[in-house]
Amino acid sequence: MKVAESWLRNWVDPELDTMALAHQLTMLGHEVDGVEIMGESLDGVVIGEIISFEKHPDADRLNVCQVSDGSGETLEIVCGAPNVREGMKSPFAPVGVTLPNGLKIRKSKIRGVVSHGMLCSAVELGLGEESDGIMDLPSDAPTGKSFASFLGLPDAVIDLDLTPNRGDCFNLFGIARDLSVVTGAPLTNPDVKPVAATIDEIHPVVIKDTSLCPSFGGRVISGIDPSASTPLWMFEKLRRAGLRPIHPVVDVTNYVMLELGQPCHAYDLDLIDGPIEPRLAKPGERVVLLDEKEIEVNDNTIVISDDSGAIGLAGIMGGLSTAVSDKTTRVFFEAAFWPTEHMAGQARSYGLHTDASLRFERGVDPQQQMRAVEFATSLILDICGGSAGPAEHTVDSDALPNNVPVTLRRKRLERLLGVGIDDARVEAILGGLALDIEKTEEGWTTIPPSHRFDLSIEADLIEEVARIHGYNKIPEATAVAAMPLATSTESTIDLDTVASVLMGRDYQEVITYSFIEESHDQLFSGNDTSITLSNPISSEMSVMRGSLWPGMLSAAVANVARQQDRVRIFEIGRSFHGTLEAPEEVVRVAGVCIGLRKPEQWGEKSEGTDFFDLKADVEAMLRLTGHAADIRFVVEDHPALQPGQSAAILRNGVHVGVLGKLHPTAAKAIGLKLSAFVFELDAEKAFASEAPTAEPVSRFPSIRRDIAVVVDDEVKVGDLVDTIMDSASGLVKGVRIFDIYTGERIEAGRKSVALGLILQETSRTLTDEDADTATAQAVQLLQQKHAAELRE
Amino acid sequence: MQALKELVDAAASQIDAAADLAVLDEIRVSYLGKKGELTALLKSLSSLSAEERPAAGQKINQAKQDVQQRLNARREALEADALAARLAADAVDVTLPGRGLSVGGRHPISRARLRIEQIFTNAGFGVRSGPEIEDDFHNFTALNIPDNHPARAMHDTFYFPGGRLLRTHTSPVQIRALVSEGVPIRVIAPGRVYRHDYDQTHTPMFHQVEGLVIDHDISFANLKAVLHQFVERFFERKAELRFRPSYFPFTEPSAEVDVLWGEDKWLEILGCGMVHPNVLESAGIDSEEFTGYAFGMGVERLAMLRYGVTDLRKFFENDLRFLGQFR
Repeated sequence: MKVAESWLRNWVDPELDTMALAHQLTMLGHEVDGVEIMGESLDGVVIGEIISFEKHPDADRLNVCQVSDGSGETLEIVCGAPNVREGMKSPFAPVGVTLPNGLKIRKSKIRGVVSHGMLCSAVELGLGEESDGIMDLPSDAPTGKSFASFLGLPDAVIDLDLTPNRGDCFNLFGIARDLSVVTGAPLTNPDVKPVAATIDEIHPVVIKDTSLCPSFGGRVISGIDPSASTPLWMFEKLRRAGLRPIHPVVDVTNYVMLELGQPCHAYDLDLIDGPIEPRLAKPGERVVLLDEKEIEVNDNTIVISDDSGAIGLAGIMGGLSTAVSDKTTRVFFEAAFWPTEHMAGQARSYGLHTDASLRFERGVDPQQQMRAVEFATSLILDICGGSAGPAEHTVDSDALPNNVPVTLRRKRLERLLGVGIDDARVEAILGGLALDIEKTEEGWTTIPPSHRFDLSIEADLIEEVARIHGYNKIPEATAVAAMPLATSTESTIDLDTVASVLMGRDYQEVITYSFIEESHDQLFSGNDTSITLSNPISSEMSVMRGSLWPGMLSAAVANVARQQDRVRIFEIGRSFHGTLEAPEEVVRVAGVCIGLRKPEQWGEKSEGTDFFDLKADVEAMLRLTGHAADIRFVVEDHPALQPGQSAAILRNGVHVGVLGKLHPTAAKAIGLKLSAFVFELDAEKAFASEAPTAEPVSRFPSIRRDIAVVVDDEVKVGDLVDTIMDSASGLVKGVRIFDIYTGERIEAGRKSVALGLILQETSRTLTDEDADTATAQAVQLLQQKHAAELRE
Repeated sequence: MQALKELVDAAASQIDAAADLAVLDEIRVSYLGKKGELTALLKSLSSLSAEERPAAGQKINQAKQDVQQRLNARREALEADALAARLAADAVDVTLPGRGLSVGGRHPISRARLRIEQIFTNAGFGVRSGPEIEDDFHNFTALNIPDNHPARAMHDTFYFPGGRLLRTHTSPVQIRALVSEGVPIRVIAPGRVYRHDYDQTHTPMFHQVEGLVIDHDISFANLKAVLHQFVERFFERKAELRFRPSYFPFTEPSAEVDVLWGEDKWLEILGCGMVHPNVLESAGIDSEEFTGYAFGMGVERLAMLRYGVTDLRKFFENDLRFLGQFR
């Protein structure tokens, strides 16, 4: 909400300069988002009076005006504005003045006529965004006097970011009330006097269900002058509050709302058809609103209706059919109380957000409808003339919210804040906030005023005391607490440790969005169905990722486009699976490698990353668990991976991840022109661990026996190793694969695999015979299981 | 004996001139070998009288030792030269870059999050997590934000068909922790959160760390102390904080906390308050017996301040040139 400082100071005028005032508001909980100074650098601009004018001899659209600047002389001014008239008062910038937009006024010849200054529009003075001519000042504006001081400029516009619990503060009076309590500056109470009716006319209001509308103030005002215009003082206040002046009657309703917080509405009485009735909308009911859009109303929305049907949305926006216009002479004025439970979410369901809905959703003082009616009446009569009928209040007090007594205990206050506050101070604060207070033995029993419907429990009162007392006056005190030691576990490898391993292997962590494009999800995740947002930001961010790859690959593509030809990235985050009814979230660790195995460097050939580089990275992470021996890589196709370079990672037979080379089709789908290797692990399954159990390290030397076997190409070397490790001797502690050979000396379709067997016993030194026997055993098994042929 | 001196001098000058170990050995043999000149002289002692023999013998032995010492010294010198020459041949250009892999790095958000976690875990806070796809109850209702509460409008929420949503804050984790662990409790909950807002200063996904402490006599003064200490630890400097009244449905009193940045700029860094009695009651905790505080901070915000990042969106562009600055 925007508040002009000058307007606020009409209500409460603490001895604080603009910035101190803004700070005080912020420290009250009404956060100041910004302070804009309006009407600066208007020095020298005075109020000019157009004594007479005539058409410019050589230009149709220009007039030559005789302007008085109050000095007794008359200056000749060439002016292009269409709205000049004799006797008009307007801001006048004499020669030598520089306007806020930087324009320096010079004596200049315009089509042969010398102009001695300039009559100004609001835009030229930095006071508006649009204008249809020079500013038209009231006829009693003092000619020759400073224009700025006449308009009360410069003025600060304070932009407040009000919290939704303080519905009572969405108006000047509410803000002033808080400021008065905290600064001690007196509050000017709104001087609203009942306006006596001068005609008998009333308009019938029918309320069948008072729970929808417990309080409805209405009044007929007849015979208003359709040509009346909004006075400058009101015009300026509204403008500084960010509202566009529309029509004097509408402007009055806005003015009352800004001052008192009660949204109001004015109908053209001649356009209302029969009694006014607030009620729930009928199924399929339609209404054209003031913004000229037609909507179908939900059946839980309150509409204002007449015999013709709905003529407006209660507390949100009026209808076009009964809107006041420049032909209106009879007005029906409404100020109603719409309960928050009927207003919440309503405007939003139509994509609307109005000054009225904002206030009704947060709550409006249920006791001030008639005050608003009286205030508006007096303003309309002043501005537009006319005669007022009796003020009519249709009210069901039982249906109105009533504030209940709230207790505040002295001890509770001290316990929650951590500091005691003097009784007198507490009473001054609560009293200042207009609560009825009664002192009791333990503290106080209070009844909040009708506008403080947000105060209903003790904590509310504690907050009010703390807020006005000042949070900064509450001391800091480190809590004293029991300090049991935190639990600590070795049952899993901490993902920060996993991250460190990856960092050490030259991977950079990235963080990508959890929502991705649907086609990417289906291509990469293998999810049958995607978990799709109802209201995504865009189609590229519409489904919850079933894999971290698409987001990471998109990041990689963007990096390649930024001349990064080597990309090694990892991400730790969740992927989403299952159904909407039972979503499953899995923490994953994923990596993407593109480009050279090592950064380009001297002394080494530049080689592209391959499957085994990536596999080494995966194995390094998994080795942290102490269960490297339980891990198997098995051939498994994956929709996003190239067949033949795609493997599932099993741990004791359980699927814990995937790695492989990105399928060219998948790469193309994501816009990647280079080949990429990727892995993805389920963190919980992959990194389960436990405290290791130490085994004695053999004091005896190991023996190595090298063998070479020829097997069919399809035979997996991993299977050969498993066979050897499982061989009965139990002496094989490790197998090194030191060469894979195909070529001249090996028949086609076969390959030679050179293996080094590391043999060791913990209790004795192995003899050559032991080693020979164990090796022979292993070879025999290889022959049996894999049709291996020993190469001599 | 004049001859002996000349012999030693001759040997000395030959030794000094010896260019390598082989030459030096030849010199040794020619003087001290079986057929060497000094050996010959020693053999000639037998031609001397018994009276002359000791003195002459002593002199010759002295000369032998002298030559031997010179030989040794020269050998050491030559060996040292040879080693030096070998090492010189082995010299490398130390300015050439090291070979092999470089080192990667963590994302600045992870870096900041780890820092936050470390500060709190050092003080005995546990770390908790919860689902990112939440239900309405945990994200709103249990946090005292009933249906159609205006505060829901402050959370531009991503919804799924059927009413589930992406959590808009990590506060639902506090509800889950309260229900599953009870009180007293001292935890933080870091994680991703989501809001339907995408512009220069908002990304639809960001990170929060929620904190919750509930015990018998936890007060607002305790909250002020812990947050002041946190900010000073996080930024590693003295910091001036400002607690401003604000509104969160799940705390009361509620505050927003600004830190003084530079001379006179207050920057909002977190929100906090005393846990609302309705929140405690909905988790089955007696709000008369227990009090507590909660706070929530945006990791991006803190990382931006700590690391001088001026554009929030950079965190999710994943430009390696940007990320590489935070290893």
